[in-house]
Amino acid sequence: MIVEDGGVSFLVGGEAGQGITRSGSLLGKALMRGGYHVFGANDYPSVIRGSHNFYVLRASDEEVHSQADTIDLLLALNKETVLLHERELSEGGGIVHDEGVEFSKGELRRDDVNRYPVPLKGIVDEVGGTPIMMNTVALGAAVGLVGFDIGILKEVISDTFAGRAAIIESNNRVAEMGHDYIRQHYGEGLPHRLKPTSGRAKRIMPTGNDAVALGAVKAGCRFYAAYPMTPASPVLHYLAAHDLENEMVVIQTESEISAINMAVGASFAGLRAMTATSGGGFSLMAEALGLAAMTENPVVVMLGQRPGPSTGMATYTAQADLLFAVHASQGEFPRVVVAPGDVGECFHLTMEAFNLAERYQVPAIILADKHLLESHKSTEPFEDRAGIDRGELLEIEEWTGPGEYERFKITESGVSPRILLGTRGATVLANSNEHDEYGYTTIDFEAVVAMGDKRFRKMEGLRREVEGMEPMRVYGDEDAEATLVGWGSTKGPALEALKLLRRDGISSRFVQVVYLEPFPSGAVSEALRNTGRPVLLEANRTAQLGKLIRLNTGYIFEKVALKHDGRPFNPGEICERVKEAIQ
Amino acid sequence: MTTMQDLATPVQNTWCPGCGNFGILMAMKRAIVQLGLEREGVVTVTGIGCHGKLTNYIRVNSIHVIHGRVLPAASAIKLANRELTVVGFAGDGDAYNIGVGHLPHAVRRNHDITYVVHDNLIYGLTTGQTSPTTKSGQRTRSTPRGVFETAVNPIALALASGASFVSRGYAGDVPHLTELLKQAITFTGFALVDVLQPCVAWNQVNTYDFYKKRVYKLEDAGHDPTDLGAAYERAEEWEERIPIGVFYRRERAVYRENFPFLEGEPLSRRGLGETDISELMKEFA
Repeated sequence: MIVEDGGVSFLVGGEAGQGITRSGSLLGKALMRGGYHVFGANDYPSVIRGSHNFYVLRASDEEVHSQADTIDLLLALNKETVLLHERELSEGGGIVHDEGVEFSKGELRRDDVNRYPVPLKGIVDEVGGTPIMMNTVALGAAVGLVGFDIGILKEVISDTFAGRAAIIESNNRVAEMGHDYIRQHYGEGLPHRLKPTSGRAKRIMPTGNDAVALGAVKAGCRFYAAYPMTPASPVLHYLAAHDLENEMVVIQTESEISAINMAVGASFAGLRAMTATSGGGFSLMAEALGLAAMTENPVVVMLGQRPGPSTGMATYTAQADLLFAVHASQGEFPRVVVAPGDVGECFHLTMEAFNLAERYQVPAIILADKHLLESHKSTEPFEDRAGIDRGELLEIEEWTGPGEYERFKITESGVSPRILLGTRGATVLANSNEHDEYGYTTIDFEAVVAMGDKRFRKMEGLRREVEGMEPMRVYGDEDAEATLVGWGSTKGPALEALKLLRRDGISSRFVQVVYLEPFPSGAVSEALRNTGRPVLLEANRTAQLGKLIRLNTGYIFEKVALKHDGRPFNPGEICERVKEAIQ
Repeated sequence: MTTMQDLATPVQNTWCPGCGNFGILMAMKRAIVQLGLEREGVVTVTGIGCHGKLTNYIRVNSIHVIHGRVLPAASAIKLANRELTVVGFAGDGDAYNIGVGHLPHAVRRNHDITYVVHDNLIYGLTTGQTSPTTKSGQRTRSTPRGVFETAVNPIALALASGASFVSRGYAGDVPHLTELLKQAITFTGFALVDVLQPCVAWNQVNTYDFYKKRVYKLEDAGHDPTDLGAAYERAEEWEERIPIGVFYRRERAVYRENFPFLEGEPLSRRGLGETDISELMKEFA
């Protein structure tokens, strides 16, 4: 039995410290270079050593949006991995484990899967390598089992460890030995095969964090301040590693409060500025979000959600901060909240967020989550679609009037032209107190109302602009029996679920709400009318998008598929829940 | 040349008659004029409290921020445009209570900014509660049985954090405060000016009379501002005699120097242009 449909799913598992994510993504990169589409997600507890970690990787000749429900090849770097994941194996799936691992009678439950014991440790010992290199042996074995080109794996190993000749040499050697061992002992290979591809591909395989960071660089962000917090820290790591070449000031601050207030200061002085955090840090930033809005200094904040409340589960995923992001901070003010659903959107919407923040002088929040930010997905190299549009920013040498420069000039659009600090002839006053056009504090009721109206007039332009930029996207069948409605990282498994539903003879589509503020009420209303049964899909307990849709359109969902265990949706899981909902 | 008139604003001042803030405002204006700074080249960052109204009373660039967050905003402004003269103004509540967490870090980074703390040893605008610098035992509206805590010693705190320039002024001596501000502003690195500021409404202990009897100038007392040990000893003085002037100064590398690209044209003036990320994307291919 040879199975070629739907690609191959791998799981690399072991203890923290065994290089699980590194080796899983390395295999992903090799398969991507070989012409396949890949998606890879990690699962790890908040510890540095010990404890079970795994990385799931799916590769296919078609675009892959998500991890699969089942595993075709388990690369077990310890016994625990076999016992924990055996039940997820597909029929005919395989297990690679060290030949020294022994199982007592009845310990293994599956008799419909193949075991491929390999001297993982023996091969490493033979070349005098370090224990962590067992993962490379397993990768070589995996390549051998699915009939992939070991040369490409070695090439990726060489690139990954560039500059460290000894490491490259020994890793390439054990990869090859793992591969050869498989060919000699299990020449028939895994029943699950990858379809041959038409050749090498020029794709990239970033995580959501990588894509957000690249988007910030491309958008001309010149100031990034952040406090470490999972899952947003990789943005800090990436930007810090590239600060000089990008001419970007990158600071690890003493707190999230400091980070966002620095961003406001940098923005006031004329820089594009950003910070990123998770829910806990975002809570600390709430007050300064209002400062940015009141002083009309644009800032971009990425909120990478993880399960709460409080510390919650630091290294897992959730979508429970939506209403918080939309409403955080006292008072009322215009803002942007945008939720990318894949790595491409992470890049493009980050660029859009910078443009919208500056054009409307508002805070813009990029709402993502751990599953999106830490998962790898292959994609075409990013191309700039949005360009840089700083809106009304006077980059002049001298202010010559008419009259005094007024930072908060009352205008029809509500947007008051900014000016760079230090411009001759202009003094710039920004004020967290309610203020007049110049910026002086006021409590005069006419002035107060006029200024509040001015700020909120920006919302009209913002809403119109967002409506024109695909604030909601629809995928799948035109006449659908079921309509999935979701946002953010559920996009991936939802798109895969559409395929599974179609295979089962059910027509379906997926409505992705991309902009949560300003909310695309018209488009969402329209999409929910005259359609197959809508099913709301969210990784939270209280159906927060559902509440937002009800608030903006009056629509009430009768069917909801919620999940709040910190794990991402799997496509098959969505498929089952949709079937239940439309019965 | 900037004149005192140039720095005036049309806003009516609402500080209490006799408030120490007037002395600080006057000294700041004089410092700007005497240093020959252009209005457009100066940025003040103000916090929350009576002092924060200063944004309205002096005609330079200014951002009035939220409680305790003067230092993060001020340091970022200086990084964005190194040509600007950045002076943060905060109250004792801002600087030593809610925002105290930023102080050692701004000091550690040694941003090239000046930090003026209007230290009136009381909460004024919120009507008379204890401040972190209110002395132990003093009765306030929130401490009717007297303050239980020991007071923060701002000078010792700054010294212990490793500050490059640590000083104290007195709002009742404007000429001395003006000179101190000029020194702090022209100093390259983080400069703290803690200013004793009588609050005529809420602090009946630390009055003009109280200070008049105690204040003396470090420069007249033969204090050596390069001697850290001596600076700590002077910082402990309070009951009998209260020193003003420069406790300690020592120039060291400023934070900006870690980013060589910040030299030359101010970052904020360079425009954004087109950033090519094709090289960066290779890492992910």
